[in-house]
Amino acid sequence: MQAATEGLRELTGTSFLLISAVKVILVFTVVMVVVAMLTLLERKVSAWMQDRLGPNRVGPGGLLQPAADGLKNILKEETNPAEAHGVFFTLAPMLSIIPALVTFAVIPFASPLPTPWGVTGMIVADLPVGILFLLAFSSLGVYGIVIAGWASFNKYALLGGLRAGAQMISYEIALGLSLMSVFFVTGNVGLPEVVYAQQSMNLWFALPFAVSFFFFWISCFAETNRLPFDLPEAESELVTGYHTEYSSMKFSMFFIAEYAHVLTVSALMATLFLGGWDIPGWGGDDMLGFGADGRWIGADPAWWKTILTFGAFALKTFFFIMVFMLVRWTVPRFRYDQVMDLGWKIMLPAALAAVVITAATVLALDSAGVEMTRLYWGFVPLYGLALTAVNLVMLAIVLWVMDRGRTLAGTGALDEKRAAARALARRRAELRQSPVRPRPAPAPAAHTQRVV
Amino acid sequence: MSINVKVMKRPQGKSSYIRASLKGMALTFRHMVDPKTVTIQYPDQKKELSPRWRGTHVMETHDDGRPKCVACGLCPTICPANCIKLVPGEDDQGNRYPIVYEIDEFRCIFCGMCQEVCPVEAIHVGQHYENAEYTRASFVYDLDRLMKQTHPSTLLWDPSDPAGE
Repeated sequence: MQAATEGLRELTGTSFLLISAVKVILVFTVVMVVVAMLTLLERKVSAWMQDRLGPNRVGPGGLLQPAADGLKNILKEETNPAEAHGVFFTLAPMLSIIPALVTFAVIPFASPLPTPWGVTGMIVADLPVGILFLLAFSSLGVYGIVIAGWASFNKYALLGGLRAGAQMISYEIALGLSLMSVFFVTGNVGLPEVVYAQQSMNLWFALPFAVSFFFFWISCFAETNRLPFDLPEAESELVTGYHTEYSSMKFSMFFIAEYAHVLTVSALMATLFLGGWDIPGWGGDDMLGFGADGRWIGADPAWWKTILTFGAFALKTFFFIMVFMLVRWTVPRFRYDQVMDLGWKIMLPAALAAVVITAATVLALDSAGVEMTRLYWGFVPLYGLALTAVNLVMLAIVLWVMDRGRTLAGTGALDEKRAAARALARRRAELRQSPVRPRPAPAPAAHTQRVV
Repeated sequence: MSINVKVMKRPQGKSSYIRASLKGMALTFRHMVDPKTVTIQYPDQKKELSPRWRGTHVMETHDDGRPKCVACGLCPTICPANCIKLVPGEDDQGNRYPIVYEIDEFRCIFCGMCQEVCPVEAIHVGQHYENAEYTRASFVYDLDRLMKQTHPSTLLWDPSDPAGE
């Protein structure tokens, strides 16, 4: 092993540039194709859930439907509202699609691949500020939506944009806070390091940081504007919200951006909380790359390991995508007050509390001398399990608080409110002698004498 | 095949959001893995018509190709939608025949009374429903077109018992 480790070189110079270019093109192509297939998958999945067939006319089983859709959208007439702001109206779809695609650059999608010129990490850009970059760009995505809403010169579009902005602000906080606990343990914001931390901890972060995972998940629904958080494009209220005025390829770009967001966010959740490309129970893929001293950390890379780990990564991402779709076609949209309640009254304080408690637990474990990477008695990742226990208790409390209409008032609760309002109105009407009863003769005088 | 639609009662008072969501997701997941599809793939697969189906008209012909119609004028009289236009004629032997016989399929309400009233079982409503045309005018079927219709006439009319006895 030692010999093999010394044989590994880092990519430098021209080969680095070339391989990076190849990776960019490859990842971009794959992402775009997957996004196209996601639009089909969503229609198929929704059809199956509703006992329908879904698109099945174009190509075998409807596989070429995205191509037909794309062709249609390109050939369609583009309508520009006369009073729309020309520049921003065109800029908005781009602003919405680019952040969704760019974020994929910092997500590692397989274990490092050895090439004749050196070892290359299977990540487009191994930025040292990985997650910070990601947070920055995922927040940028909402600019596209807000600008689209504003530039359309349409009140519904503007309302959609406003809602998107409000929603993003509310949930970005919980999103960031839920990432904090991952930073505690990883001690780094690079995504390959996050994967490596999970591998060396012998436990995926979904368990030790269950609360963070849960909040991150919910925030991701809000970030991607998917149901139950699709208030920016609430069809029943806002026509289609921010993209009401868009047609043909510009609309298509919003559509692609939504699915690119879903894909990116699913890949991100898989990386942060389900071990990324880690294959569970196998040490052969525990590799980080080159350390600061230029030495290889972890197991030896191999091309078949890259393929296997990519498979694991794809499976995990697919799992999250399916959950996205399952939720979308099951859960109805939140009311606006419910969205705000959930964001500010539950998620923010609970995420803060979770950060403090997780930090305290991490501190306690570190001071007690429990090693993160050690398997106690041969198979017990004590560090992770201790965090898991703490987090599961917290998660139970969070779910208990969220449930049973303690914070989110259900539809039934509105009936009570309505009944109370009716009773109040009736009492007031009696007080001021409602106009149904015959009034005393001098009507204007009675009007002035009335006291409410 | 009918689909049972369950009408849910709205939850009164406090309602559990999480459990209800999970239950709903289990339901949709069950349907996703095992869809009970009732779709009829229309152009490939056609729904069986009801025996009472009354569609586009057919004019029965004699073996020599003449229409069976004797231009008695009963069908334009009984037609509630007033969609049959008939100009009767008489040949040398004194046989009446229709010079003009037109049915406006747009005006027609497909009640089937023309078929019921016809004394010689000449006009029938048929088992047919695909009537797309490019112009409104081509929905007025003339005699030739009515005789050329190939679809069977409705099952309401039994050819072995033409008078319905």
